[in-house]
Amino acid sequence: MSIPASFITKNDASHYLALPAGRRVAWGHLTSGIFLLLLLAWIIHAFAVGQIAWSYVGQFLFVPAILRGVSATLLMAVCAMGLGMFAGLFLALGRLSSSWLPRVVSGIYVWLFRGVPVILQLLIWFNLALIFPHIMIPGVGTMRTVDLMTPFLSALLGLGLNQAAYIAEIFRAGFQSVDIGQYEAASAIGMTRFKAMKRIILPQAFRTVIPPLGNEFINMIKLTSLASIIQYPEVLHNAENIYYANTRVIELLIVAGFWYLLAVTVMSPLQHLLERHFAKGKR
Amino acid sequence: MTEPAVWLRDLHKSFGSTHILKGISLDIPAGQVVCILGGSGSGKTTLLRCIAQLETAERGLIVMNGEILGQQEHKGRMVRRNAHDIARQRRKAGMVFQRFNLFPHMTALQNIMEGPVQVQKRLATDVKQEALALLDRVGLAHRADHYPAQLSGGQQQRVAIARALALKPSVMLFDEPTSALDPESVGDVLAVMQDVAASGVTMLVVTHELAFARQVADRILFMDNGIILEDAPTTDFFTTPREDRTKAFLSAVLGHRPQQETCKEITP
Repeated sequence: MSIPASFITKNDASHYLALPAGRRVAWGHLTSGIFLLLLLAWIIHAFAVGQIAWSYVGQFLFVPAILRGVSATLLMAVCAMGLGMFAGLFLALGRLSSSWLPRVVSGIYVWLFRGVPVILQLLIWFNLALIFPHIMIPGVGTMRTVDLMTPFLSALLGLGLNQAAYIAEIFRAGFQSVDIGQYEAASAIGMTRFKAMKRIILPQAFRTVIPPLGNEFINMIKLTSLASIIQYPEVLHNAENIYYANTRVIELLIVAGFWYLLAVTVMSPLQHLLERHFAKGKR
Repeated sequence: MTEPAVWLRDLHKSFGSTHILKGISLDIPAGQVVCILGGSGSGKTTLLRCIAQLETAERGLIVMNGEILGQQEHKGRMVRRNAHDIARQRRKAGMVFQRFNLFPHMTALQNIMEGPVQVQKRLATDVKQEALALLDRVGLAHRADHYPAQLSGGQQQRVAIARALALKPSVMLFDEPTSALDPESVGDVLAVMQDVAASGVTMLVVTHELAFARQVADRILFMDNGIILEDAPTTDFFTTPREDRTKAFLSAVLGHRPQQETCKEITP
């Protein structure tokens, strides 16, 4: 029986142990890396030499109209998200109710608002006056719907109520992630349902709900751009108004894009802080 | 004779088509320590959960300190009490769960203070002293600021007992409090329960710890198939069980678990 040349005996151990650690050249990684770098360089070059007047981008980045648009975008994102969370919480509670009526109502709501495109919902709210010319608000009186449905209110209702349908599903999953024993322990120490919800269940549900809620908020920041079609003066709408006048379309779109990117980038560390706050007691 | 602390009459409970409790009647004098034994599915946990009002019995009466739990007479009918009343009544019975059910987002101390502060609306500063004393009593004064996830099973269960005691209940209910624990922690928890029993609180304990029952209980209830099959003072139950089913249960359980071994763990 022959022993192969590469057969290692115990005497060889010291030889191998004495060798320094080396590094294998990963040819696959190297070639794909070089390819990606070249691609990136080509794209950057294309934009640099393309028909973009970068000086315009810098010039319009901080003009008052754009900055007003940015604050309007953020205001709408926060308000619509707030409305979405408020309505979503009740929808989720309705979905998990022990009686059938709230379950069915929430079910229909989620089905309807998730099933229709947001842009269409925005247009319906904005044109509500075509269905109801006048609206009676108890305690305030009758108003003409056209006056009431400002771009702000239409955008708030359109974006917020649509968002509520998605947030309801997130909250529902959050509630269901809390152990049934927590409800029992809360009622065993004499808490009412409301108190148990506030003190015991919600803080635990929030823990699972914050990462998806953060994603929803990021989506919402970008979704507000749709409100430009109903004349809500958010950043994209104002950028459009400027390029209608000076025809620097791409430059102003880049300006708007910069602000969206910045807003979304700032969100990540905020989300991380919130997650840390609600992770209390988690090992 | 004084009125019993807790009494039950003709209690029935079903889950779907399964009849779990088939007419339980029972008197428990104040200060008595009662262990409820029985095989799985005998209805012992359901009985305890009905008294804690975590389940609603469909028929029968549960009376604690002279007050009917969960229902009241209204215009000649028995109707369910409102949620606020039921929450108030639940405070009178301290419940200890098999799986502890501590609030994971609160420290041991906060878990104990939650009931007195949030439910009884007492001053946090007063409650804190009591809570620390309770933690000391269960041997966990040094763990006040630990979260449940940082405590062992046995430590969590001792905090859970302290949490229930913090509301100064007239009755303590224990639902298999040591079943989810590793053998090493069982002794610590049983020692705390023994201490609670010695303080004169009325106790109902669903358990499989025969040694504990034998040593601490005044009275044993043996449940089988939804009824109380045997109800006897502890010594009589272990020395001269009447029913064949009880004898079979005892020999089966004692045969597998020599009693001296668990006994040793409880004695401090």
